[in-house]
Amino acid sequence: MSTERQEAVLLPHQQDKDHLLDLYRKMFLIRRFEERAAEAYTQGKIGGFLHLAIGEEAANVGTIVALRDDDDVFTHYRSHGHALARGMDPGAVMAELFGKTTGVSRGRGGSMHLASLEHHFWGGYAIVGGHIPLAVGMALAHQYRGLDRVVLCIFGDGAVNTGAFHEALNMAGVWKLPVVFAVSNNLYGMGTAIERSSAVTEVYKRAAAYNMPGRRINGNDVLQVEAAVRDAVERARAGEGPSLLELVTYRFRGHSMADAELYRSKEEVEQYKARDPIVAFRRRLEEQGVADAGALSAIEKEVEDTVEAAVRFAEESPEPDPGTIFDYIYVNP
Amino acid sequence: MATKTLLEAIRDALIEEMRRDERVFVLGEDVGRRGGVFRVTQGLIDEFGPARVLDTPLAESLIVGVAIGAAAYGMRPVAEIQFADFIHPAMDQIINEAAKIRYRSNGAWGCPIVIRAPYGGGVHGALYHSQSVEALFHHVPGLKIVAPATPYDAKGLLKAAIRDPDPVLFFEHKKAYRSIRGEVPEEEYVLPIGKADVKRPGEHLTVITYGYNVHLCLEAAARLSRDEGIEAEVIDLRTLLPIDKETILTSVRKTGRVLISHEDTKTGGIGAEVAAIIAEEALFYLDAPIVRLAPPDVHAMPFNGRLEAAFMPTVEQHYAAMRDLARF
Repeated sequence: MSTERQEAVLLPHQQDKDHLLDLYRKMFLIRRFEERAAEAYTQGKIGGFLHLAIGEEAANVGTIVALRDDDDVFTHYRSHGHALARGMDPGAVMAELFGKTTGVSRGRGGSMHLASLEHHFWGGYAIVGGHIPLAVGMALAHQYRGLDRVVLCIFGDGAVNTGAFHEALNMAGVWKLPVVFAVSNNLYGMGTAIERSSAVTEVYKRAAAYNMPGRRINGNDVLQVEAAVRDAVERARAGEGPSLLELVTYRFRGHSMADAELYRSKEEVEQYKARDPIVAFRRRLEEQGVADAGALSAIEKEVEDTVEAAVRFAEESPEPDPGTIFDYIYVNP
Repeated sequence: MATKTLLEAIRDALIEEMRRDERVFVLGEDVGRRGGVFRVTQGLIDEFGPARVLDTPLAESLIVGVAIGAAAYGMRPVAEIQFADFIHPAMDQIINEAAKIRYRSNGAWGCPIVIRAPYGGGVHGALYHSQSVEALFHHVPGLKIVAPATPYDAKGLLKAAIRDPDPVLFFEHKKAYRSIRGEVPEEEYVLPIGKADVKRPGEHLTVITYGYNVHLCLEAAARLSRDEGIEAEVIDLRTLLPIDKETILTSVRKTGRVLISHEDTKTGGIGAEVAAIIAEEALFYLDAPIVRLAPPDVHAMPFNGRLEAAFMPTVEQHYAAMRDLARF
């Protein structure tokens, strides 16, 4: 991997204590939420497939916080972190993982298909790359209606070799649409390293083919991510068109809970864990005097309680009624 | 009443809906300056401008995906697939996204898009410009499929499709575009999706069909009446999904004899579903086995004129099949 990166210039509000602690709270929430989800999965309380973003919390949070409330988000199947960062209720997200009727998709979607119209969160999508044209279509609708909203479209490095990626970025470039493409490059598309699947492994360079700016960001530095995404969002909002941001990150867990991780070494994983984005950000907050250990521990305790309450809520929530299976196929059948 | 071609009726429907509702826009390959390869969208860009008549790259997956995304907030995109044969790259978007969105969102948002596609053979289009693709989508809940046969139906159903809150595939038979004419009222009208139309009443047998074959069946039925005194009831399904069971079953219970006809190949075609509906719900009304008349199960329509003719259904085939069924 090339280590070539472009440093984003931090923004004035990124020095603000409340903002910094909010970023930390969100990252820690995602970490604890997913650790508890993994436990529930191994206990058989969550079925199906569960894709954790542990290790990618800085990229999760830095992207989402750069948006306005009425901006729109499309994301992929590894999206618990995006949903939580967007302010979706942890109990309702956990209940969706449990398939309960109180879940954000009322148990119809599960882990990979979280969605909430209220949060302008149009979903996790589990066909790799399939949602990228949808994000472009929504950006077209904003442009058509003269709205100053921006669409953020998040996907992984596995998506960048699909036809949908190419078709969608090309169209966004031609029409100068208000959309920001953020690729979480965690170096593996499922179990295949990016070097073995991409002729050009620096994803941001592909932006040149679509006449849009491309930047490679340290995806494990939440402030760098936020600053870069805000730049791209403001550019899009001003009518200057789309951008492609490559957030270089790493997932500490397997592709899904069912992944034995035969494709990478334990040493490699340990190297990245030593550079844990949450630990690093915590240290930074302490060193810069933003908060002391006690204040950070208090945040962590509060998050622990939130997550425990979310699990309890999910466990105690009712299953959907099988009689609802025919609901919402058509408005006018 | 004015006499219009199928193509003119479709264009009129687009123009009227675009005038009526600013959320309606069209997108597709060459739909703008060129007016579409069949000229369906000719003149639209002059009236509505390039923001509402969008030329796209040759990328069907993108065309449909953009329509889906734009529709999420209530826009009403009408996507044109230049030939139905080109719809296959968009299968993922249609089946995995468009069809599922209302369901996955518990009705929070939907996918009010129309995908128009010229289909059908008999124009020497060979492998990739002749296919009937409707059966591929018929298996997918969440989609609606419309395949009109006459200018009147095409206009009223396209207007309904554009106003429908769910995704509609609208298949236009390309041989019918200019060869089929019919009366179309001057005043505004909309036809219901999901309702078949009895194009010709009759008591001796029921013919169930759609698309260009409607015209073959009507001609065969007229000859059969004149030559043999056999009266065939011809049902034009018009909407293939959801299918109008009631009209089918009412007719079958009356006549007891059924011929199902389509231009698409036989195995797994719409006719198989219609036959199954009748077998499940009206078996004991039948006086003869159900007959399906459809082209042979070959990979693709051949280019050569004699080979193509061997594929395409004819009036004579329908006449013979209807006569034999009436005499069974």
